[in-house]
Amino acid sequence: MNDIVISASGLRKRYGNVAAVDGVDLAIRRGEIFGLLGPNGAGKTTTILMLLGLTDLTEGTIDVGGFNPMRDPLEVKRRVGYLPDSVGFYDNLSARQNLGYTARLAGFGRAEADGRIAAALQRVGLATVADHRVATYSRGMRQRLGLAEVLMKGAEVAILDEPTSGLDPEATFELLDMIRGMKKDGTAVLLSSHLLDRVQAVCDRVALFNEGHIVLEGTVPELAQRVLGGGYIYEIEAAGEVERALAAVPGAQRVTRDGRAFRVLAERDIRADLARAVVSSGAALLRLADLEPSLDTVYRHYFEGHPHATA
Amino acid sequence: MPRRSGSAFTGAGTVFLKEFADHLGGARVHVLEWLVILTGAGAVYTAIQDLKSTTGQDPFLFLRLFTQARDPLPSFVLVLDFLVPLIAIALAFDSVNGEFNRRTLSRLLAQPIYRDALLLGKFLSGLAAIAVTLFTLWLLIIGLGLVTLGVPPSSEEVLRSLAFLVVAIAYGGVWLAVAMLCSVLFRSAATSALTALGIWLLVSVLWPQVVQFISTEIYPPTVMQIVFGQPNPDQVQLQASLSRISPSTLFGEAATGILHPEKRFFGLVYMSQVEGAIGTPLALGQSLLLVWPQVTGLVAGAIILFVIAYIVFQRQEVRA
Repeated sequence: MNDIVISASGLRKRYGNVAAVDGVDLAIRRGEIFGLLGPNGAGKTTTILMLLGLTDLTEGTIDVGGFNPMRDPLEVKRRVGYLPDSVGFYDNLSARQNLGYTARLAGFGRAEADGRIAAALQRVGLATVADHRVATYSRGMRQRLGLAEVLMKGAEVAILDEPTSGLDPEATFELLDMIRGMKKDGTAVLLSSHLLDRVQAVCDRVALFNEGHIVLEGTVPELAQRVLGGGYIYEIEAAGEVERALAAVPGAQRVTRDGRAFRVLAERDIRADLARAVVSSGAALLRLADLEPSLDTVYRHYFEGHPHATA
Repeated sequence: MPRRSGSAFTGAGTVFLKEFADHLGGARVHVLEWLVILTGAGAVYTAIQDLKSTTGQDPFLFLRLFTQARDPLPSFVLVLDFLVPLIAIALAFDSVNGEFNRRTLSRLLAQPIYRDALLLGKFLSGLAAIAVTLFTLWLLIIGLGLVTLGVPPSSEEVLRSLAFLVVAIAYGGVWLAVAMLCSVLFRSAATSALTALGIWLLVSVLWPQVVQFISTEIYPPTVMQIVFGQPNPDQVQLQASLSRISPSTLFGEAATGILHPEKRFFGLVYMSQVEGAIGTPLALGQSLLLVWPQVTGLVAGAIILFVIAYIVFQRQEVRA
C-alpha cells in the first residue's frame, strides 16, 4: 500500500480533562479527496493541526509521506499545503508579495518562486489582480489566494479547513472545481466542512466526526447504506392522495412528504411497484425520480439517533 | 522525547527581511523617528549653544553634545533614556498577536520553519530598526557638531560615542523583548501595548521612588547620621543595587561611564578609596571596564526576556 500518504492511528488530544479528539484512525490515499465532516467542535480542526504538527498530540502515531510530524515537522510541512479556516493575508502587500513571502519561507529560490507563483495565480484566476493589495480582495478571492498558496507549494497533500465557508454559491462552485483539479494532479486532498451537499459533490470518501470520534467512514453510498439501512430514495409527484398507497408497497421503509412531492426510502429497487401503486390508486403519476442518497440525509438521520453536545 | 530535526534558524532571515521592510516602510516607525529626531535635535542644539563658549577648554567637546543639558530641555542621553523604550514598544507590541489576529500565523507556521525562526526574525528586525534610527541620529549629531563647533571629533570621542550607540541599542533590545513578551502573552494588541507601557512607566518613573522608600525602611538613618546630614551607607548601597533592576538605571550609568571619561566609580565611596587618585580622565578601555557590568546586565536582561517569550510561544496553540 504505497499509495497511502497520510496514516494516523489512535490519535488523542486532551485539553485538561476534555478530550477534543479521542481515538481517531485515518488513511488517505494519493489522488483522493477525503472529507472530514461533523458539527463544530467535533474535533476536525484539532485533527488537522495534529497531522500538520502544529499541535502536540497526547497519544497516537501519525505518518505523513513517511515522516512523523512530531519528529520531522519541517519535512512534513514541506510536503503538506495547508489552507486554514478563515485564512488571513498581509493586507498592505499584493497577492504576489504575500505568496512571495511564503515561497521564500518554503525555501524556493527567487526564480523558481516567481514561476510557481505566476502559475498558481493563473490557475486560481487571480493573475489579472495579482499586483493589487490584498486589502481590496473579496472573501472568495482570499480563499482562492489561499488555494494558490497550496498549489504554489506543489504539495503532495493539501489540507483545507472549511474552504467553502462564507462563500457565495458561485464562488463555492469555482473553488470546488479547483479542488477537483488538484485531485487530477495526484494530490491527496483532505478537506473539512459542515456544508454537506458541497462536500458530497467532490469527496471520494468521507469521515463523520462526532465528539472526537470518527463515527462513520466510507463513500457516500456506503454511509447511506449503513445509516439509512436501505439506501434507495425515490421522489414521487402525483396528482391525488397517494401517501397511504406508497407506504403499503412492500419494501418501502418510510414515506415522507416534501412539499408537493413524496420521498420514499426503500431497501431495494421498487420503482416499478411504486409506479403501479400510484396508478392503481387512481392518481396521476407526474414524476418518479431516483435520488442519489444525499449526505445531508445521512447526516441528519445519524444525528437524530445520536444527539451531540455542541450545537 | 524525540529530538526534532532541521535547523531552528531556517527562515529566520526571510522573516527578518520582511519585518525589517515593514518597519522601515511603516507609518508608525516614521512618526516615532521624527519624534526622536526632533527631540534629540532640540537637546543637541541647546547643548551646542552652551558649548560654543567653552570650545577651547574642553578636551571632550563632542561628548558634551550628548550629555549637556540646559533648561528646559533635557540632555540627549536623557531623551534617549525616555524615547528608546517607546520606539521599542511601538515596534514589537503587536508582533506576535498581530499575526494571530490577522490570521496569518497558522499559514506561516504551516511553512517548513520552526517557531524559533519567526520570533528570532521579528526580534532581530526590531533591533535593526532601532539601530538604524539611532545610527542616523548619531550621524546627524556628529554632523551638527562639526558644522556648529568647527572642531573635528577626536578618534577617542568617535569610539566613545559609538560605544554609547551600542549601549543604547542593547537598552532598546531589553524593551523590545518586554514588548514581544507582552505580544505573546496577550491576544489583544491594545492590552499588550498598555501592559508594556505600564511596565515602562513603573520601571522608569516609579521605581526610583519605590527603591528609595524600601531602602530607607530597611536601613533607617541613625540619629548621628541625621545630625551630621550623612547618608546611611547600607541604605545607599541597597538603593543602588535595587535601582539597577531598572534597565533605565543601567543605561544611565553605562552612558555616564562612557561619555564622561573622568567618571571613575558609581555609588558611594569612602575618602580612603579615592585617596591619591588623579583627576585625569580614564582611558577608553578603563571606562568600558567600568560600565561592563551594566552593559552585560542589559544584554542578559534582553536575552532572558526573549527566552521567556520563546518558551511561552512554543507552548501556545495556534488556533483561535
